[in-house]
Amino acid sequence: MIRKQVASPEAAVAGIGDGAVVMVGGFGPPGQPVELIEAVLDSGAKDLTIINNNAAAGGEAIARLFADKRVAKVICSFPKAIGSTVFDDLYLAGEIELELVPQGTLAERIRAAGAGIAAFYTRTGYGTELTQGKPVQKFGGKTYVLEEALHADFALVKAYQADPWGNLTYRKTARNFGPLMLAAAKTAVVEVDEIVPLGAIDPEHVVTPGIYVDRVVQASSASGVGQDRAMMEGVVA
Amino acid sequence: MTLSRQEIAARVAQDIPDGSYVNLGIGVPTLVADFLPEGREIVLHTENGLLGMGPAASAEEVDEDLINAGKIYVTEVPGASYFHHSDSFAMMRGGHLDYCVLGAFQVSVNGDLANWRTNSPAAIPGVGGAMDLALGARNVFVVMDLFTKTGQSKLVPFCDYPLTAAECVDRLYTDHAVFEFKDGEIRVLDLFTEMGVDELSRRLGVPLMDIRCEAGAS
Repeated sequence: MIRKQVASPEAAVAGIGDGAVVMVGGFGPPGQPVELIEAVLDSGAKDLTIINNNAAAGGEAIARLFADKRVAKVICSFPKAIGSTVFDDLYLAGEIELELVPQGTLAERIRAAGAGIAAFYTRTGYGTELTQGKPVQKFGGKTYVLEEALHADFALVKAYQADPWGNLTYRKTARNFGPLMLAAAKTAVVEVDEIVPLGAIDPEHVVTPGIYVDRVVQASSASGVGQDRAMMEGVVA
Repeated sequence: MTLSRQEIAARVAQDIPDGSYVNLGIGVPTLVADFLPEGREIVLHTENGLLGMGPAASAEEVDEDLINAGKIYVTEVPGASYFHHSDSFAMMRGGHLDYCVLGAFQVSVNGDLANWRTNSPAAIPGVGGAMDLALGARNVFVVMDLFTKTGQSKLVPFCDYPLTAAECVDRLYTDHAVFEFKDGEIRVLDLFTEMGVDELSRRLGVPLMDIRCEAGAS
């Protein structure tokens, strides 16, 4: 029996302890697993390393995680946010470590971790302050920078639909880093709008195959239609 | 006479051919979408995972899962496709994207671009997708005012600000002129200011090649 659904966001984030490295999906608000982030807040875990494109931007929950000083280090491409100074204040006060990574390099480092690739060469960032000290090599007359895979203990991701095996679909630009992060973390956790019966997702339309997913929780703020339907059909553990 | 920001955006739009895949940066580059000539099929890419981006969403059209790189609600056009971030940046890095249009703080005479941070100690650094775009897109078009508010040239011998990418700029669209960086030269493709090319060259302290007749004939 493969049943990835867990009962609550608390159960979904169980095991995230102090010092954990946690990938959090989302580019702006789309794709932010709000209820999973709230569960991490409630858990009290601290000294976290957060890997997320936008640091404290993109929603109240993630802003609070930073404001409550639960994050020791952030690895991201763009921590600045319109209308929020949460990250700025911590950074300028020297209370948070920042590893700034070009966005495509961030995505590819995460992808590499999930694909078992230790490191790769890219031209992005060569000759800039963001790649200082990194090994370089010439290929075909052009200089490339060696970038290492980025692993995590947990990935927290928002998807649209899941079936009991953890096959996932996403909505529009909410997909962003989700599929990459789920493959790159030891424990992959997904918050979904809807849980549907096995077979309800056309195999041609599965974006993240369930092999990459460990835990699925239904968001309470979603319509719940999917859960009702799944429960009626007796497929929810 | 110099060009307004809308006019610069319109001038860039003229140079984007039918059939192009294009990424428009935040700010003035975003305005280029409003001036793309009728009858050209041009596919807009947004780094957060969409090809076939449509105009900004009206109040009724807003979908909370559909934004652009500037975190603005947008729409999708028929023929659009969604993909994850690694695919999105493979489109840049892999040389599939035909054009990107970026803003800049400074551009150097050899086409270096500085557009992601200033030297201000109080500034929060944030690079986003700028470095990937500047190196990945086949044609890198930069849009900026040619002079700062205090009259200093932003087309400089060497960038003082931290680099986004070296030798990456193909064309520079400004309120005073359009420049092309080619074969180690800076060529003037279009001139809007009352200054002649020689005077502009003296003012910038940069040698300029006037090729407007040839460009006009092509």
